[in-house]
Amino acid sequence: MASDHSNPPKNLKEFLFKYERNYMVVFGTLLVFTIITVAIAKVDLEHWFHGANMTVGLIIATFKASLVMLFFMHLISEKQLIYLVMGFTFFFFVGLMGLTVWASNDFPKLTSFFH
Amino acid sequence: MEIPFTTKPRPDTGLYNAKIGIWLFLASEVMLFGALFSAYIMLRIGAPEGTWPLPGKMLMTFPGAFNTAVLIISSVTVVLAWASLKFGNFAQYKKFQAVTIACAGIFMCVKAYEYHDKFTHYSIVKKDGSLWDGHLVEKNDEFVILEIHGGHDEAHEGGHDAHPHEADGHGAGHQAVVQPAAYLTIKGSKDAVVNVDPKTGEHAHGEVRFEQSEILKMVNYGPWHSSYLAIYFTLTGLHALHVCGGALVIFMIWGPLSKMWETDRERYINRVEVSGLFWHFVDLVWIFLFPLLYLL
Repeated sequence: MASDHSNPPKNLKEFLFKYERNYMVVFGTLLVFTIITVAIAKVDLEHWFHGANMTVGLIIATFKASLVMLFFMHLISEKQLIYLVMGFTFFFFVGLMGLTVWASNDFPKLTSFFH
Repeated sequence: MEIPFTTKPRPDTGLYNAKIGIWLFLASEVMLFGALFSAYIMLRIGAPEGTWPLPGKMLMTFPGAFNTAVLIISSVTVVLAWASLKFGNFAQYKKFQAVTIACAGIFMCVKAYEYHDKFTHYSIVKKDGSLWDGHLVEKNDEFVILEIHGGHDEAHEGGHDAHPHEADGHGAGHQAVVQPAAYLTIKGSKDAVVNVDPKTGEHAHGEVRFEQSEILKMVNYGPWHSSYLAIYFTLTGLHALHVCGGALVIFMIWGPLSKMWETDRERYINRVEVSGLFWHFVDLVWIFLFPLLYLL
């Protein structure tokens, strides 16, 4: 959290000068990348490789999510136990997504009717 | 007996208990939404060719983008509200958190508008085999009237999916793709033409009346319509519940429970921080939902 940083601000005025600016930079970045997400989705990137639009869209979303976690949720300066909890969560989440994509060659039984 | 470590950090963890609690809860929430995201992947990969809606066609992009901006604004105000309390500025906290609550209300209003748009959007299969798609104007035992906003077969305009049909939209400039899967079982063909009168061959516009005796099948764009809409309503519905829950907690702390600011300031600040962490998670989930459901 903000007060955990080195040289923490001593009053609200100093805080607003030092940290509100950071929050506003993150806020602006999030809005800009939301616009970029919409713009990118309207451009056909599939000639790069199959699934290029999806890949770029998800990379931008991951970047935005990282900004929220690091600065708004203050993961940039948290205690070790929180990192441990989120580390386990990240591992299992990526595992779940990875296995889902990896195992996607076996289609659900009903949909195989159409193939 | 007093509950320990509500304000002071535990010596072994360096954290007050509620903070560990909210992070563990958020971890379980990540896995809950993760399971639904994996269901989304399986449904999308397993969907019959041409039945998954074209990017940005089934849903209106603007309300989704607008709601993204609303949640981002609320995330900033939540963190600024907490920071204001940290420096003892209660009045500023009240202002920032009021904006957060207002943002939650705006988000839900836009969501309600989108849901209403889907639940009043109907597909009709007539007994003569013609397919119709539009928004419900009137329905009774004798007839149904749909408002049809024009449209055409996108496949003929070089769309990169050969099957979906742009047919009806709601509001200026919006056009939605008709999910052809709903017709497959009846037509046995993916080459259905929508909103074209089989007698005249002309594309219908405006209000069109259907006699109940002519209708073979009529279904709206609810979760039962298709796999896409099923996962759309499941994901956004669960997310909307989180928005409501988070907003309610933030409102309770902001309003009725704010007396604690006078009696136990540290604990009050911690409550604001914990509710804020949950709110940021709600924003995080939407950051992924918006491109996956609306754009890609």
